[in-house]
Amino acid sequence: MTDALGKPPKKNPVARTRLPTLPPASRSRTALGLTRAAAEGRFEMQVCADCGAVQYPPREVCGACLGGWLEWREIPNGGTLIATTTLRHSNDPYFRERLPWRIGTVKMDAGPAVVAHVHEDCGDTARVRLALKLDRSGQAVLHALPPEDTPNMNDAASLRECHCHPKHRRVLVTDGRAAVGRALAKALLDAGATTVFVGDATPWKADAAFDAFVASDPRLQAVELDVTDTDSVTRLAASIGGKVEILINTAEHRRDGGVIGARDVGTARDALEVNVLGSMRLAQAFGPAMCFRAADGTHGAVAWVNLLSIHALAALPSAGAWSASKAAALSVAQTLRAEFRGAGIRVLNVFPGPIDDEWEQLAPPPKLAPAALAQAIVRALQQGIEDLYVGDVAEELRARLRDNHKAVERELGG
Amino acid sequence: MRSRQSYDGVVAAVPVTVPYERYSTHAAHWWLGHALAALIRGAGLAKADIDGVCVSSFTLGPDTAVGLMQHLGMSPRWLDHIPMGGASGVVALRRSARAVQAGDAELVACIAGDTNHVDSFRHTVSQFSRFAQDAVYPYGAGGPNASFALLTDYYMREFGATREDFGKLCVAQRDNALRNPHALMKKPMTLAQYLAARPIADPIHLFDCVMPCAGAEGFLVMTEERARDLKLPSVRIRSTIERHNAFPDDPIQFRGGWAMDRDAFYAHADLTPADVDFIETYDDYPVINMLQFEDLGFCAKGEAPAFVRQQDFTIDGSFPFNTSGGQLSVGQAGAAGGYLGLVQALRQLTGTAGAMQVAEARIGLVSGFGMINYDRGLCSGAALLERGDA
Repeated sequence: MTDALGKPPKKNPVARTRLPTLPPASRSRTALGLTRAAAEGRFEMQVCADCGAVQYPPREVCGACLGGWLEWREIPNGGTLIATTTLRHSNDPYFRERLPWRIGTVKMDAGPAVVAHVHEDCGDTARVRLALKLDRSGQAVLHALPPEDTPNMNDAASLRECHCHPKHRRVLVTDGRAAVGRALAKALLDAGATTVFVGDATPWKADAAFDAFVASDPRLQAVELDVTDTDSVTRLAASIGGKVEILINTAEHRRDGGVIGARDVGTARDALEVNVLGSMRLAQAFGPAMCFRAADGTHGAVAWVNLLSIHALAALPSAGAWSASKAAALSVAQTLRAEFRGAGIRVLNVFPGPIDDEWEQLAPPPKLAPAALAQAIVRALQQGIEDLYVGDVAEELRARLRDNHKAVERELGG
Repeated sequence: MRSRQSYDGVVAAVPVTVPYERYSTHAAHWWLGHALAALIRGAGLAKADIDGVCVSSFTLGPDTAVGLMQHLGMSPRWLDHIPMGGASGVVALRRSARAVQAGDAELVACIAGDTNHVDSFRHTVSQFSRFAQDAVYPYGAGGPNASFALLTDYYMREFGATREDFGKLCVAQRDNALRNPHALMKKPMTLAQYLAARPIADPIHLFDCVMPCAGAEGFLVMTEERARDLKLPSVRIRSTIERHNAFPDDPIQFRGGWAMDRDAFYAHADLTPADVDFIETYDDYPVINMLQFEDLGFCAKGEAPAFVRQQDFTIDGSFPFNTSGGQLSVGQAGAAGGYLGLVQALRQLTGTAGAMQVAEARIGLVSGFGMINYDRGLCSGAALLERGDA
């Protein structure tokens, strides 16, 4: 049985901070199909289109019939543990620091025999459930879990290393005034966060509801943060930068308005200032300290969350300037993913459809309730997912884009 | 299936070992070059007389056998580079014997060797195989220990082997090694010491793991007639087998390729396991010795624990086994580990094993196993050798 994870001990300020190491990151190109599945929390392997054989490890042609067409498909994740070992020594720097570590051989119901990380709650030769998760290198690895969730299951070290769980961690929500930010703060506290810093860009603007919200829980701390103001961002980072384990950027400028019909580029510039440059300012100010603390004890810095939009992938012409800024924000997020990878910090990109708040007043339903979006984000952090599509509109647009991006262009533009 | 040709008229001779060192600042070419020089000296030949070469090495990169030929100033008319790890010795013997029989080469030098720098192991492991990269190394061991721990765990569970059984083999090998001046392990080992050793990956402990080192091994292959002319004691080949990726549908490895070809192996030699006077197995981990005892016909599948408890594996015992001490006591000089057993068998069968000599050794069995890719050893091979007349 896994022991519940306790609060981390108070850090000795004189002690050296352990620097991040990463598990082996090399994979063949074809094996990155597993990473694609793990990034969204799916369990997929290659299946031969000719003979149906499930392939593992990933292959270029079918290992059974030499069939040339292998398709990535969701497959059953049940199996039986047939051998297990606990590593007490390793030549690998990352695992050396995290011994003892349990792995095993699982015979999958779907066919292949696989090597997997094995949860401490799995019996030595028991039935298991397999999952694909991203490890600290950002690459997919297999985990054997007990067939049903066990108490404190996610507190096991092997899962903590793959997940970005807010439990016992401190989180910065960059705009805590907006509905989504507020819902997120609440969901994070429910998930066990010890502190949630809620950013406020307009502290001079009275808001009784917001004040009441911050006062409602001692773990909430309002902080001044205007992402369009480099000075504001730098000042906050100097104050709390060493205490942020998860940063969720909810700051957003959302207005309707296309390109040709707009009077000038002023609104577009405001959108870029908040949605793109704001993200960059935050990364420049908070990123280095987060990287430095990525392996700091058992509750180090672990995730950066970008609240994007499905329209980062397909512009909504009626909000064309905003769509452009979200597309640019996605590009920044991709660069951040590369820049954070060396420290093992997960960059979670969130692609919702329209959110049910004041700025989307005219959008027809279905719209996402802020609480639903917040819960989806917290769940994604708990599972270590890095690409999250939330809500019916986002899921549908994604499927339509995969099918025919040109049709999406015509249909959104109509 | 057509019947296979015999190896009549072809022999192996001149077993050489370049003494092992734990670490070496030299490149692999130094070790291989020394092995080649020792072969030429040992046979009383000139370098240009060698017209065929077979090479195995993990640390020769970026060179292959081709670069090595230029480096050593050789111009062979037959060249092979064998990347089969612990099966390389048997496979080299198979390839070169047929080349000599067919007249494609007259004097083939078979050499295997590796250097060992402080970071050699790490580099070799990181380049080892695609499946290991994609599906094993991300799981933490940084080498083959975890894969063999899993095999050992399965074998113990399934067939009732105990750590004491593995320990008996290791203690016997250490006993044999004490008679080997070149073995890197020089201290006796008791079963209690074996059992108390530091755990590496349950159930594997420190003395289940070989020590990587630098070294080289070699032998020559030629016609029996040529060996007589050169006045070289030689060894005949009764039969050989090799097999790769055997039993791919076994969910975990509990048998090796030898099991597929065992009957043909003995039939071709017109011998049975009872005729074997000593055995040199590939001992990267003790459990693999048990697989070889079973798959090469000395006991039934799953019966090796009982077999081990009954036999005495020392040089003077009932079942002389790994008479040099095996890799576990001599050290594993990379690919040379795939030659260790074969070269030792040649010593035994030419009466040149010194303090390690098995009395009246006439028939020896050499077994090779190699290339743990992903979760199992892919290459296997075996040879039945017979003392020559000379």
